[in-house]
Amino acid sequence: MKKSYKIEVDCVNCANQMEEAAKNTPGVKNCSVSFMTLKMKVEFDEGADVAAVMQDVRANCKKVEEDCEVYI
Amino acid sequence: MNKKQKTLLWRIIIAAIFWVPLFLISEDIVHVDLPKIAVIILFLIPYLLVGYDILKKACHGIRHGRVFDENFLMAIATIGAIVLGEYGEGVAVMLLYQVGELFQSYAVGKSRRNITELMDIRPDYANLEQEDGSIEQVDPDEVEIGSVIVVKPGEKIPLDGVIVEGSSALNTSALTGESKPRQVEPDDDVLSGSINMSGVLRIRTTTEFEESTASKILDLVENAASRKSKSENFISKFAKYYTPIVCYCALALAVLPPLFIMLTQGTAGIAAVWGEWILRACTLLVISCPCAVVISIPLSFFAGLGGASNQGVLIKGSNYLETLSQVKVMAFDKTGTVTKGNFAVTAVHHSPLDDEGLLEYAALAECHSSHPISRSLKEAYGKEIDPNRVSDVQEISGHGVIAKVDDKEVAIGNERLMNKIGAEYRRCSHVGTIVHVALDGEYCGHIVIADELKENSKEALAELKKAGVNRTVMLTGDAKAVAEKVAAEVGFSEYRAELLPADKVACVEELLAACGGKDKLAFVGDGINDAPVLSRADVGIAMGALGSDAAIEAADVVLMDDDPLKISKAIKISRKCLGIVKQNIVFALGIKLICLVLAAVGIANMWVAIIADVGVMILAVLNAIRCLFVKKL
Repeated sequence: MKKSYKIEVDCVNCANQMEEAAKNTPGVKNCSVSFMTLKMKVEFDEGADVAAVMQDVRANCKKVEEDCEVYI
Repeated sequence: MNKKQKTLLWRIIIAAIFWVPLFLISEDIVHVDLPKIAVIILFLIPYLLVGYDILKKACHGIRHGRVFDENFLMAIATIGAIVLGEYGEGVAVMLLYQVGELFQSYAVGKSRRNITELMDIRPDYANLEQEDGSIEQVDPDEVEIGSVIVVKPGEKIPLDGVIVEGSSALNTSALTGESKPRQVEPDDDVLSGSINMSGVLRIRTTTEFEESTASKILDLVENAASRKSKSENFISKFAKYYTPIVCYCALALAVLPPLFIMLTQGTAGIAAVWGEWILRACTLLVISCPCAVVISIPLSFFAGLGGASNQGVLIKGSNYLETLSQVKVMAFDKTGTVTKGNFAVTAVHHSPLDDEGLLEYAALAECHSSHPISRSLKEAYGKEIDPNRVSDVQEISGHGVIAKVDDKEVAIGNERLMNKIGAEYRRCSHVGTIVHVALDGEYCGHIVIADELKENSKEALAELKKAGVNRTVMLTGDAKAVAEKVAAEVGFSEYRAELLPADKVACVEELLAACGGKDKLAFVGDGINDAPVLSRADVGIAMGALGSDAAIEAADVVLMDDDPLKISKAIKISRKCLGIVKQNIVFALGIKLICLVLAAVGIANMWVAIIADVGVMILAVLNAIRCLFVKKL
């Protein structure tokens, strides 16, 4: 399953780091963050609990970039 | 400006007001007796005010094991400068760095808004007509297929449909890039996303919102930015390794030369030597900040995609924009791409009557048939046909038609029909379908019917050649004679005729094998029957594909209307965009490299460093925004 989320972030590098962080979150199959459109596209593993996974994704993103937000 | 940017702006202004007098004092331009410690403390006020978030982010990075980023570079460099007694410079570097950040954030935000505005075809509401004739404003999502909606002048058409009542001019520029308004009347199909300009329209919807043209385009455009190009991936990898390498180089520059001097020349005056080299290392850190390249490349691609979609060229990702710029070989489908795909009368020969008279007989005789050939005859005649003038129609399959028109026996068909009725016909040297006509058994000349070239095909090919696409191949299922003529007329360098759909894939594969190395192959088709070819080519371009889901799915680039000039436009947009990306990489890295060398040998100081950094960034961002302006290409 694929879902798209709005994000808030200040720099390209931070967006890349968020992408990396989200990719390494369990339950996320693939992820692509676009700094220009401020969108995060997440592809979830089969049968993953989307709401719980997204909480982890947000926490992991905050770890790499304090100043970011993922609107779940 | 958003709230964050405004706060930053105020921080910069206040810090600058503090900084100026302090700088004048510390440089002894204005003489005020202040103890050194007081100057340091006073300098810390603007420093912390303008740079606290950078310091915080640097600490956060260190705590989480990601030491080397821009914030770290800036924090170390400025703290280093301040510790070494260069208070004025240290604070100024932080100040100017933040000016750069503010500019960048403002410019990116601004172009993000501009570009999304360009692509904004999302309808906000639909005026749904109720059973009792009243009108209710609803979400386009809630409108079912077959409902009637009302679109007033100035409103966007929310869903695809057919006009039931009313006529108007539509502005379709958001969909096709075509600025000329389109006239529509009852029974015409209309696409969501167009803007109704003059009259009130009642439209019966034919799609749900999810499936409507506007949604499909939006979906495509929104997904485009998530497919990253090689250049973007390269830069994000580059940034990952580059910053740590620079930090280690700076460390080496700070430590090794003074150590070497200490060992060779003894320790006399060594403190000054250490200070000198550490300051140089700090300068190096400031210069090496990679912002300019890192921000300008995704911005260029995004602006390029936005500008292209505004011109009716939808590119599905930065990666395709990049590939498109490397296209050297192009294969074209003939029918529907180079030619209009509808048949029309192109000539009338050897007729003793005037052309119109002959066409009149032909059209009348064929008036009961719906074959494409008879349709084109009727179209060429162009006047109302009175079927009462026609009687005794006999269709002879594989030959043609014989009918009585105004007491004359008209025979119209191929050579076999002429042989059959014993009329002596003349062969035609033209390419196309030849329709012979005989009146009362007397040969009366023939009519040539052929697929018409699109008006701009020839010009498009010339433009492509100018843009450096040197091998253009036309693929067609038509006979060789037709293919040869069309290819010569339009200016293709090669053609392949009599191909079955499967042969087209083989042809493209053969062409792919022939283009070596970096040269890429694009295939242009109208999306009908050629989806496999579209996906096989490096870049598949579908023309006028708004109606065909399969084409939108299979293609990498979708041209919203069927003007062949859009093909050359797409190529030019991609070349311009990638040109700008290259300029920025070369320019930004070049300046950095020069300054790095100057800093290492001690010619460039902190001032040069920060001005080079911020200046290069501003120029690179402004250059990147140029990608948006592709209208005149």
